[in-house]
Amino acid sequence: MGAAATAPAIHTVDLTKRFGSTIALAGLSMTVPRGEIFGFLGPNGAGKTTSVKLLLGLLRPSSGEAWLLGERIGDLETRRRIGYLPELFRYQGWLDAREVLALHCELAPLPRSTWKEEIKSALNTVGLSDRADDRVSTFSKGMQQRLGLAAALVGKPELVFLDEPTSALDPVGRHDVREIIRGLSARGTAVFLNSHLLSEVEQVCDRVAVVDHGRVIASGTMDELLSGTAVRVRVSGLDQAAKAKLAAFGPIDDEGEQLTFTKLDIERVPELVSTIVAIGGRVYEVAPRHQTLEDRFLQLLHEEEA
Amino acid sequence: MSPVFVFARLTVQEASRRRLLLALVILTLLVVGFSAWGFNKITTVTRSDGTVLPAQQVTLISSQLLIVVTFMYSGVLALSAAVVAGPLISSEVESGLLLSELARPVRRSEVVIGKWLGLAILVTAYAAGSAFLELTAVDWATGYVPPHPIELVIYVAAEGLALLSLGLLLSTRLSGITGGVIALVAWLMAWIAGVVGDIGTGLQNSALQNVGTISHLLLPTDGLWRGAVYAMEPDVILATLRAAGTAGRANPFSAVDPPPTAFLTWVVVWFALMLTLSVWSFRTREI
Repeated sequence: MGAAATAPAIHTVDLTKRFGSTIALAGLSMTVPRGEIFGFLGPNGAGKTTSVKLLLGLLRPSSGEAWLLGERIGDLETRRRIGYLPELFRYQGWLDAREVLALHCELAPLPRSTWKEEIKSALNTVGLSDRADDRVSTFSKGMQQRLGLAAALVGKPELVFLDEPTSALDPVGRHDVREIIRGLSARGTAVFLNSHLLSEVEQVCDRVAVVDHGRVIASGTMDELLSGTAVRVRVSGLDQAAKAKLAAFGPIDDEGEQLTFTKLDIERVPELVSTIVAIGGRVYEVAPRHQTLEDRFLQLLHEEEA
Repeated sequence: MSPVFVFARLTVQEASRRRLLLALVILTLLVVGFSAWGFNKITTVTRSDGTVLPAQQVTLISSQLLIVVTFMYSGVLALSAAVVAGPLISSEVESGLLLSELARPVRRSEVVIGKWLGLAILVTAYAAGSAFLELTAVDWATGYVPPHPIELVIYVAAEGLALLSLGLLLSTRLSGITGGVIALVAWLMAWIAGVVGDIGTGLQNSALQNVGTISHLLLPTDGLWRGAVYAMEPDVILATLRAAGTAGRANPFSAVDPPPTAFLTWVVVWFALMLTLSVWSFRTREI
C-alpha cells in the first residue's frame, strides 16, 4: 500500500488566493483525515467556495500547496476518486436524470458494466428513482440538487465535496442529506461540507473550521469548539446605550428584547441580572444553555470584528 | 469513450433535442422547394418572339442565381455557427453546468476540442445536406450542375467552420451574446473588406487591395466564399470575366481564379491557431 493510500483526504499548507487586490483566501492550512465529516463554515463571501474550487483545480492558487488523497491538487487521476456537488448546481435540462448520471459515469470514468447498478444506487440514495426517466428541465430546484448529489456519489468516491448541499431542499430533504452524509462517512468516505447552515453542520460534522475574510479563525472538534455556556435573556427597557454597558459580559447577539450572551460563565449570571436591573432593564426570562455552534460562530465573528 | 467524443456527442445531442436540427431541416426544405420552383421558371421564360431561352442562356442565368442562393445558405450557416458557438462554453460556465464535469478527470482541452468537433460535424452535415438538396433541385429544374460541386461544399462548410472557431474562441472568455455578436460583426466586416479589396483590384489601388488581403488573413471567410463562387462559375462566365481584366475581378459574387494554395495553407494554419488559442484561453481561465 503506497503512502497516498494512507495520506489524509485533504492537506493544505498556506493555500492563498488573490483576485487582483482582493484576498479571497489567506493562507489556509488544514488537514482532513480519511472518513471524516469536515464542516467548513463562514458567512457569505468568507472564502468557502473559493477554497473548494482551489482544491478541485477550478481555480489556481496564488501561493501555497495542497494535496487531495495524497496527490497534488490538479492531478487528473485523483479526480476519479472525488465527488463534487457545486453550490451553483445545474445539469443538462434536455437529458433525463438517468442520462445525466450516465454522463458522469462516463466522465468518471467507470466501467460500462457498472453504470446500471451505480445509477440505480445513486438515484435510490437521493430518492429520485421514480423520476429517473424524466427530463431534468421538469425538475424542481430541490430535485436538481438531489440529482447533483447523486452525480457526486457515482463511483463510490473516497472524498466528496458538498458546497451548500441543502440550499434548495425542504426539511425532509435536509434530513435525508444528513443521513446520506453519515452513510458516506460510515463507509470511509471523507466529506468536506461547505455550509452556512450551522445546525446542519453541528448535527453531522466531526470537526469544523470557521473561515472569515479568507482566514480560518477557529477549528477543532465540536467538543473543543463548544466548551462554553451561552445565556439567553428576555429583557425590556434597554436602549442601545444601556445594552452597550453589558459588553463586559462578552459578545452579545442582540435580537431586540432577546439578548444572547454567546459565551458567558454560568457563575456570572446573577451578576448579569443585577446589572441589567440596575441600568433600568426588566428581566422576564434567563435561560443558560450549552453553547451552540451558532453561539460560537457569532462569538467568533464578533471577536474577529473587534 | 474519450472525453473529446463525449463532449462532441453531447453537442450534437443537444442540438437535436433542442430541435435546432429539426428547425434547420424544415427551413432548408422550404427554401429548396421555393428555389426549385423559381429555377424551373427560368426554363419557361419566353422572349419577345415567343420562343423559350436557349439552353446556354438558361445555364448562365441559373449559375448566377445559384451563387446568390448559395450566398444565402452560407449566411445561414455562418449566422448559425456564430450564434451557437458564441455561448457554447461561456453559458455552461456561467450556469455552473461545467463545474461538476470539470471536477472529473477531464482536461479543459478535451472540452474545447469536443465541443468544436460536435459543432463541426453539424456544420459540415448541414453544408453537405443542404448543398445536395439544392443542387439536386436546380439540376431537376434546369439541368444545370455547377462545375465543382464537391469543392463548393468544402468551401461553404469551411466558411461555417471558421465562424464556429472564432465564436468558440470568444466563448472561452466572453459571454455568449457578446461573443456571438463579435463573431457576426467580424464576418460582415470581412465580407465588406473583401468588397473593398475588389474595388481596389478594379481601380488597381494597392492600398485598397491590401484591405482585402489582410481581412482574408485575419478571418478567411470571404476568401473561402470566393472559393465557393469559383466552384459555381461555368467556363463561359470565367472566360468573360478574364477578358474584362481587373474590372472583371471587382465583384463579391464573382471569382476568376480558385483560391491560391498559399491562402488555403494559411486557412489550415488559421484553424490550428484558433483551436490552440481556444484551448489556451480556456485552460488559463479561472472558473
